[in-house]
Order: sequence, then structure tokens, then C-alpha cells
Amino acid sequence: MGRLVAVRLWHGLIVIVAVTVTVFVVTRLISNPVDVMLPLEASAADRAAFAAALGLDRSIPVQFLDYVNGLARLDLGTSLWQDRPALTIVMEHLPITLLLVVSSVVFAILVALPLGAIAARRPGGGVDRVTVILSLVALSVPQFWLGLLLILLFAVTLGLLPSAGAGSAAHLVLPALTLAIPTMTRLIMVTRSQMIDELNAQYVRTLEAKGMSAWRVVAVHAGRNAAVPVLTLASWEFVRIFAGYTVVVETVFAWPGLGRLALQAIERQDLVLVQAVVLVIAVIVVVFNVLVDFAYMAIDPRIRLE
Amino acid sequence: MAGEADRTGGMLRELAADGSALFGAVALALLVAMAVLAPLISPYDPAEQVLRDRLLPPVWQAKGVWAHLLGTDHLGRDMLSRVIWGSRVSLMVGLTVVLLAGAFGVLVGLAAGYYGGRVDAALMRFVDTVLAFPSLLLALIILAVVGPSMGSVIAVLALTNWMVFARVTRSVVLSARQLPYVEAAEMVGGRPGRVIFRHILPNLVSPLLTLAILEFANVVLAEAALSFLGLGIQPPASSWGLDVAAGKDYLFIAWWPVTLPGVALAITVLAMNLVASWVRITSDPQEREKRFARVVAASKRRAAARPTPAE
Repeated sequence: MGRLVAVRLWHGLIVIVAVTVTVFVVTRLISNPVDVMLPLEASAADRAAFAAALGLDRSIPVQFLDYVNGLARLDLGTSLWQDRPALTIVMEHLPITLLLVVSSVVFAILVALPLGAIAARRPGGGVDRVTVILSLVALSVPQFWLGLLLILLFAVTLGLLPSAGAGSAAHLVLPALTLAIPTMTRLIMVTRSQMIDELNAQYVRTLEAKGMSAWRVVAVHAGRNAAVPVLTLASWEFVRIFAGYTVVVETVFAWPGLGRLALQAIERQDLVLVQAVVLVIAVIVVVFNVLVDFAYMAIDPRIRLE
Repeated sequence: MAGEADRTGGMLRELAADGSALFGAVALALLVAMAVLAPLISPYDPAEQVLRDRLLPPVWQAKGVWAHLLGTDHLGRDMLSRVIWGSRVSLMVGLTVVLLAGAFGVLVGLAAGYYGGRVDAALMRFVDTVLAFPSLLLALIILAVVGPSMGSVIAVLALTNWMVFARVTRSVVLSARQLPYVEAAEMVGGRPGRVIFRHILPNLVSPLLTLAILEFANVVLAEAALSFLGLGIQPPASSWGLDVAAGKDYLFIAWWPVTLPGVALAITVLAMNLVASWVRITSDPQEREKRFARVVAASKRRAAARPTPAE
């Protein structure tokens, strides 16, 4: 057990180091950051002064040491766009994104588990067929477009909900729903197939034979066994939303979180800020993955014994 | 030759028997035809702006005109022509990325699965590390540095999508290596290259074909999302994602510039998903058996239910 924990922590550390090095390589070596950040018409003197101010005129190894040294002191540089420490800006936007991500994942789980279980009760039946077809359609729809369609329906046509911004519970509904729908469909599919397998198992027949109610069988016995793969997918979905889909959905709904910040930083050629967003998200994802693995060890004795 | 034609005919009949797969295959065929024939069938130049005819609605709406069947966008460009030309970008990016990512991933997977041991451990450690990367963020930072273009989109999507091919290939190779005929081929002294390509690779056709179609659908969605964000295909080229982004600002006065390219995207991806699930079942003997059993069971259920319809 202790060895396994150590191995997981070590692998997490490798990923963090790999991300840090990749970010450095991409931003410094593939192209010249001065060209990316300064406008085309900047003079040679401007360029030299800018490079000197950011320390970009030194050799690559020295720059790398300086970069790692900064990371160790939690100094991710100063944003050129906002002229403030990049880490401070990122930390301001982080809770706003987390609110959106957590509410959409929780909502997806709360809808998907019962729906998946109901569909699994009668595979091939009416509810099941409708669920499967709707899931397939929902997975084929581009997310940004789904968001715009929701705006068209709820904000433009019905006038029920605000189309953009943040600040109230009503603002949260449409972006959270847009983020939740693909996640929900994938969760429904997995819950359904896991439950079909479990409900065909011998122990379920025994429970039914001794007269246990259908709901108790599903909720207490079969459901618990189906839970581990479903939880795996749910944690994976959390990462996908947090480190991916939020960029698109936050842009559609002008939600002032990390994803939109990253995009704005790219548009303003602020490499320092882009880099800070990527590093912070990568660290959170790695830590989250390690915690999920620890949770498995606590839940499933088979994993502990390996 | 006759046997080959017979097999193709059998496949087509099997496809026709499955309603949703048939829909997917037909939609996909139309789409490819649309992309290939775009210069011939598109009524206008997709980039031609006629500001006098801005935001004309589709023909079935009150102010629609027959000259623009699907209406025009905010610059007076013909929507139908843009939807037709957009299919080219989607299919081209999808195809290139799947070929690049697939080729690289399969090579890594073959090497890891065939050589095993340290090579396998090192390669899979690498794959896992890349998989643990938040790939969209990596894409963002690369696109921020390199600048958006069709080439950089293809490169970025190939870089972030090859890992799944490596994983699948490796697991199939690992089980194929245990097969008696592969062991026999090795024992009689077959060179590694020959054993891999001649004896192991055919086992990969079915899982890789399914995976490639599914990945194709994912890449089409990813390209559209990047173009929507302004990090993908750049104007004046036309891409469905780009068109949705352009129409977004006119959402409150016109629904069609946002809706139509999105419908095209959704149909494309849905068709691919349907075809992929059919290919997966059809090319796997075990799955075929299950499908056959389901069909028989369903018809028996229906037969049993007939005498008492009130139940």
C-alpha cells in the first residue's frame, strides 16, 4: 500500500515536470517570444529592450534555470496585458471556473445515474431505446453549437435566462447545462451497460427470488457494484471539462473563468499569462488524478492488494 | 473475383438491414461526394460578398429568395455554398489527422507490443505521461506560439490524438502474439518485420478501423471547436466552426447563420458514429453473434406478445 502510494506520487511528479519542460520548450524554442508578443512594427531597439526586460537575451540554459527557479518560488512572471503577477490573475479566475465545472459534473451525475439504471432494467425496451438514441445524438452535437442553440431557445426566443456573463444563479444554468450534456450522455451509457451486466448476475437472481423489491436490488446491491467504473468515468469527465471544454463554453457564454482568460491571453499575445494558466491547470489535474487513485485504493480492496 | 464481389454484396445487404447504419453510410457517402464535387455543385463562390443581400433568410421563410436556398450570412455570402465548401475542410483535416496520428500510434503500439519488456515499459510510460497532459491546453499554447492555420491545426490535433491508437494496437498485439500461428511463424525463423506486418497486423484491422472512424468524428468536432475559437481555419477559407462563430454575433436577429453549419457538423459526426458502431459489431464475430441472438430474441418476444396485446 505504502509503495503504491509512493509510485503514484512519483508518476504525478513526472507528469508535472514533463508539462513544465514542454511549456518552456514550446514558448522559447519553437518560436521567438519577442516576435509573438511585440507588434510587427516594433523597432529593433524596442525588441532588444523588451528581450532584456524579460531576460530573453540570455542563453537558453540560463533562461531555463531562471524559469524553474521562478516556479519554485511560485513566481510565474508578470502578465504583459494586465501588468500584474500572472499567478494572481489565474487565482482570481480559478474559483469562477471551478463553480461552473463542479455544478455541471454534479448535475450530470444526478441525472445520469437514475436514467442509466432505469434504461438498464429493460434493455431493448422503450425507455432504453429512447435513451440510447438521444445519447447518440447528444454526443454528435458540437458543444459550442449546443450552447448557442440553448441561448437561441432560452434567451432569444423565450427570454427566460441571461445569455452571457456571471453573477447570479440564473447565469449559471445555461453554461452548466451545456457542459453537462455530453458528460451526462457518456455517464448514462456506462451506467446502463454496467447495470445490464450486474442485473444479469447470479446474486441478483437470488435477491429477486427471495422477494426483495426491484428498487432495493438496484439501489443497494447492483448499483454499488456498478459504481466503480462509473466513478472512474466521472472523475475523467471532470478533468476533460476542467482542462478542455471550459475554454469553449466559457467563450460562448462570456463566463469570466480560466478558459476565457486563456483565450483572451492568446488573443493579446500574452505568453506569460497563457503559460501560467496552462501550468496551474496541469498541476490541479495531476493532483486530482492522484487523489482519485487514492480514493480507489480506499474503496476497492482488489486494487490495494496488487 | 466472383467471391470478392459476393462478399461485398453480402456486406451491403447486411448494411441495408440495419436502418441506422444505412442512414449513416448514405449520409457519409453524400458528404464525401459533396466535398469532392464542391467546385461543381456549389452555386456561388463561398467567399463572394454581396452586402446588398445581407442576412437573407432561407427560402422557406417569409423573405427568402430562390437565388439563395439557405439564405445568406452577415456579409451576404451564400450559406449553401459555404456549407458545401465547409465539408471539404472538415473531411480533409479529419482524414489527414487520423492518417498521421494513426500511423504514428500504430507504430508505437506495434513496437511496444512486439518487443515487450523494457521497450514496452518505456514506450507506455511515455504514452501515459502524454495522456495525462491536458491536451487542449497544450494545443492552445502551441497555437498561440505558432499561429493558427490549417497546417498547425492538423499538427496539433495529430500530436494530441495518437495515444489511443498506440494503446489499442499494443493490447491487440499482446494477445495476437500468443496465437499459435504467430508463435509458429517466429519459430521457423520469420524476421520480426515479416511477422509483425504479415501475421500480426491483420488482427488489427477490425479494432483500428472502428477506432479510426470514431477518432475521425472527434477530430471533426475538435477542428470545428478550434476554428470557432479563432485558433483554427482562418478567413476567408470556410469552415463550419468558423461560420458558427461569425454567425454568433447576429444570433439575436438571425438564427440560420449559426444553426445551418452546426446541423451539417452534427449530421457528419452522427453518421460517423453510426457507421463506426456498425463496423465494430460487423467485423467482430463475437459481437455479430450477440446481435444475431438479440434479433432472434426480439422476434420471439414479439411473436409471444401477439396473442395477448392487452398485456
